[in-house]
Amino acid sequence: MSLEGTELNGGQALIKSLEMEGVEVIFGYPGGAILPVYDPIIDSKIRHVLVRHEQGAGHMAEGYAHATGRPGVCMVTSGPAATNVVTPLADAHLDSVPMVCITGQVAMPAIGTDAFQECDTTGITRSVTKHNMLVTAAADIPDAIAEAFHIATTGRPGPVLVDIPKNIVDANNPDAYFTYHHPRSVDLPGYKPDQTPPAESIEAAVDLLLTAKRPVLYVGGGVLKARGAEALLQLAEVGNLPVVTTLMARGAFPDSHELCLGMPGMHGNYAAVTAMQRSDLLLAMGSRFDDRVTGKVGAFAPDAKVIHVDIDPAEHGKVRIPDVSVVGDCRIAMELMNTEIDQRGGARAFADHTPWRQQLSGWQEKYPLTYEQSGPGDYLKPQYVIERLRDGCPDDTIVASGVGQHQMWASQYWNFNYPYTWINSGGLGTMGFSIPAAIGAKVGMPDRLVWAVDGDGCFQMTAQELVTASVERIPIKVALINNAYLGMVRQWQELFYEERYSEVHLTHDMPDYVKWAEAMGCVAFRVEDPDEVELTIAKANQINDQPVVVEFRCISSEKVYPMVPAGGSNDEILVDPSQRTEGEQS
Amino acid sequence: MTANGTEAETEQTIVVLVENKAGLLARVADLFARRGYNIVSLAVAPTHDPAFSRITIVVDVESAPLEQIVKQLFKLIHVVEIAVLESGYAVERELLLATVEAPTATRGQIVELVDIFEGKILAVSSGRLTVSLDGRPDKLDDFEALLHDYDIVELQRSGRIALPKIGRQVPRLRAVG
Repeated sequence: MSLEGTELNGGQALIKSLEMEGVEVIFGYPGGAILPVYDPIIDSKIRHVLVRHEQGAGHMAEGYAHATGRPGVCMVTSGPAATNVVTPLADAHLDSVPMVCITGQVAMPAIGTDAFQECDTTGITRSVTKHNMLVTAAADIPDAIAEAFHIATTGRPGPVLVDIPKNIVDANNPDAYFTYHHPRSVDLPGYKPDQTPPAESIEAAVDLLLTAKRPVLYVGGGVLKARGAEALLQLAEVGNLPVVTTLMARGAFPDSHELCLGMPGMHGNYAAVTAMQRSDLLLAMGSRFDDRVTGKVGAFAPDAKVIHVDIDPAEHGKVRIPDVSVVGDCRIAMELMNTEIDQRGGARAFADHTPWRQQLSGWQEKYPLTYEQSGPGDYLKPQYVIERLRDGCPDDTIVASGVGQHQMWASQYWNFNYPYTWINSGGLGTMGFSIPAAIGAKVGMPDRLVWAVDGDGCFQMTAQELVTASVERIPIKVALINNAYLGMVRQWQELFYEERYSEVHLTHDMPDYVKWAEAMGCVAFRVEDPDEVELTIAKANQINDQPVVVEFRCISSEKVYPMVPAGGSNDEILVDPSQRTEGEQS
Repeated sequence: MTANGTEAETEQTIVVLVENKAGLLARVADLFARRGYNIVSLAVAPTHDPAFSRITIVVDVESAPLEQIVKQLFKLIHVVEIAVLESGYAVERELLLATVEAPTATRGQIVELVDIFEGKILAVSSGRLTVSLDGRPDKLDDFEALLHDYDIVELQRSGRIALPKIGRQVPRLRAVG
């Protein structure tokens, strides 16, 4: 039924606008100010997932967006609900996740009077959103929603918040009625993101690329946002270019590919980190020279020229001044570069990278990721758990992680061979991200196996969303790496604070994770013996009608290696103790 | 703070054309605060088209590279155009108001000073004068410096406004696709 041109109230118009934008699911939580918008949801074809905390709604919207590429939508009420979505908004802002957040607001006459559940939502969220707006008339709702989706999904994607005062959506307010028309286009004179890079910049980039002897393709999350994985594969293969994929880009290039060096950065592979340090050309593709990648900026890749491809002009020169700046969409830029390379003779036009590739292979062989297996009677090694999980799941499994050691091990030990199979909180580092993000991903990709790899600290921050998963029949699986500690903080205290462990012990058995998971409607297992790991994963993978939590009791003292100490040069990378030569300190 | 001192090295005037939307000034101010950029002075008013306002910002380019400030400002959705005004390429004006203690002994000197600078006497009382001066910011700097020989009760400057000089090329960034 088309409601185009019919008389609607603001609440109906808001839901109608979301339908017109193609929204299939809203993650939300009702409350006083947003109540009038919840009534028309009953009559809408849009699915609403009722979360148990507003933060969960935001992260679910993010997980949905990461997995599907479509904007995630969350809707909550005013005041405390709006402040509860600040964390996911900030998370989406730093990781460039397209998301539209609708918040209720007190009625316009009450704004500024410190009314019940009033807060300055647009003021509070200004610095954690790509854009936000307070809508002041019902008739403005269709334009506001169209603008929000346009801004969230174009250019460098990001979260947009739309604040809706109660009176303009109130069915009892005669002024909240107007004749609905969906806007045909969006007119924002100050927002015209550049898509196609200038031809000169492409030519200059290819000039540098063809002469480089030690090139590295430094791939960031922008490649995934631009749906550029295919163009990337072509570019890397034609140029015989070694590839590193940052934490935000895992899966953009297949880990199984011979050109793939894995993840760079603070906990990156030795070969990936050192390749960047020794390279003579970094082709930064949708990456932003984050401090967790560069280490000490002054000592980062000292001999490398830099080609920087990014759609956000402000990223160019923010950290490292590029030699060639290519402003535009990564996919389009790589397609243009591929065409340009083709015209100059294709693979033959490149310098010989054989010695460079040999050097890289040497580093890969000398310093692979490694860990020692646990001794008899010990708890599990977390790396072992991740490896068994990886081998027990199909290649297209979606993995969502929390933040900390388990996140690094998951990123290191999983083989990401498809784009959009890895979902994590890279920029903000939001503990508790994985469970709601996994739920959002599963809603968007119901036919895919979705595992949340979580830590015991993270789990306790957002576990209540497993109730949402049970009630809404969203059968995600959680691999809980329970090492009884805030593991990453413990690692830093061990290495940099003389083993003085301050406020990091969580205990293995308080809470009882199995009972807790069962109470939330999940099937739950506890695994303590290495021999049971594979079997339990297989059992979990067979359950499709309920969420599953598998608690893996892990050794507390395990550390993430390699590691570049914070603020240190990437040349000071610490490999696993078993790989260190005489005289190297821990 | 007024725009004193070695302006050429540390300060830069940028003129930002914005859509006239609620909260716009807060967005600009927030951006400067969040990223640690310093504003030396700021003036904002609607243009001849009431849908747009023009914000003239004198920025402290020692606090951050001008290029980053301009690029980050441009990311604000309602920023339509930014012109970076190099000195010599802009017409700049500012207004100064000051109330000065003016006992009989020095009143004549103050009036003379105002005359030399072609300023105005706006108000007179038995012991005080309120004076005004408009013009180029450096002229106001000179006037203010000399006024400091007397007892200043209150002094306020408007912050500068600026437009590109007619017929001169100005680095102008525009949000066009």
